[in-house]
Amino acid sequence: MTMLQVSVYRYNPETDNAPYMQEMQVDTGGRDLMVLDVLHLLKEQDSSLVFRRSCREGVCGSDGMNINGKNGLACIKPLSECVENNRLVLRPLPGLPVIRDLVVDMTQFYRQYEKIKPFLINDTPAPAIERLQSPEEREKLDGLYECILCACCSTACPSFWWNPDKFIGPSGLLQAYRFLADSRDTATRQRLAELDDPFSVFRCHGIMNCVNVCPKGLNPTKAIGKIRTMLLQQAT
Amino acid sequence: MVTAVTSFGRSGLYDWMMQRITAVVLAAYTLLIVGYLITTPDLTYAQWSGFFGHTWVRVFSLLTLLSIGAHSWIGLWQVSTDYIKQTGLRFVFQAVCGTLMFVYVVWGIQVIWGL
Ligand code: SF4
Ligand code: SF4
Ligand code: FES
Repeated sequence: MTMLQVSVYRYNPETDNAPYMQEMQVDTGGRDLMVLDVLHLLKEQDSSLVFRRSCREGVCGSDGMNINGKNGLACIKPLSECVENNRLVLRPLPGLPVIRDLVVDMTQFYRQYEKIKPFLINDTPAPAIERLQSPEEREKLDGLYECILCACCSTACPSFWWNPDKFIGPSGLLQAYRFLADSRDTATRQRLAELDDPFSVFRCHGIMNCVNVCPKGLNPTKAIGKIRTMLLQQAT
Repeated sequence: MVTAVTSFGRSGLYDWMMQRITAVVLAAYTLLIVGYLITTPDLTYAQWSGFFGHTWVRVFSLLTLLSIGAHSWIGLWQVSTDYIKQTGLRFVFQAVCGTLMFVYVVWGIQVIWGL
């Protein structure tokens, strides 16, 4: 038996006065399981434990959580990459309201995403088949379109913790740049105008927590820098 | 767009650029003063006051003073909007900072120009 010591955040607003950490042990059989596998083993012991998951392969973005102090996707985080001293500590994503156990309320996160109008805007007449892009133009979207909206980055960002209602956050800004950089989008001006306040973009202080945690290896800080440059170019 | 009436320039880009430009001014002034102190080892009062008698030094000092005012206003405004969640308290903090900054700038002008 290879027992892993797991400490998991528990909170059920209907029965608990306050959140607490539950200590549990899991037999990993010495295998390098993913954190999500451990969660399922925990759920076999205590079926009241609640967490989100769906694809179990890092595609849907539903099992973002704080694993031994660092945000990540439970389904693609092997124990060998996060366990220290045979101990695993699981908490919900920081900064967002907890609905129950590891499940957080993502409303604020999605509201910021909504603000950046995450769809192509193009007022020119639609062509017969499709709007074409050159390979070079398409290449500009690499490193941007892959975002799965898991919220690992935004909930690791202090600026988002302090102003989740005003600062778009790394995830939303990466997406904002994804549409600013798209050759088929014609709303660049309006998009930029909506970002030029002291909070939406400029609360980013380049701490790069977002880059540090993104499970898809994306770089929101770089995208934010590009938005800043675009704002600067437009204004001078 | 998020409005922010108490921010320095009300545009994030403007504040951001001001923060950078004033930082450059502050750095340049620091270099000037440190450089002067190093190249003038046995500094006397007469030399020091003569140095500040040059109009360009006075203008540069004034520019630096105004830069400190703008730089710290933008910085403290950001800190206050990050950490002080209660509107009344935040407003009081910003008012105190604003007043202090104003007092220091006026006082500084008096010192530099020997009014
Ligand atoms: S670089 Fe900007 S967006 Fe990323 S964590 Fe830091 S402050 Fe947040
Ligand atoms: S940028 Fe990365 S961490 Fe942030 S939401 Fe997208 S995939 Fe998740
Ligand atoms: S379960 Fe879909 S990303 Fe982890």
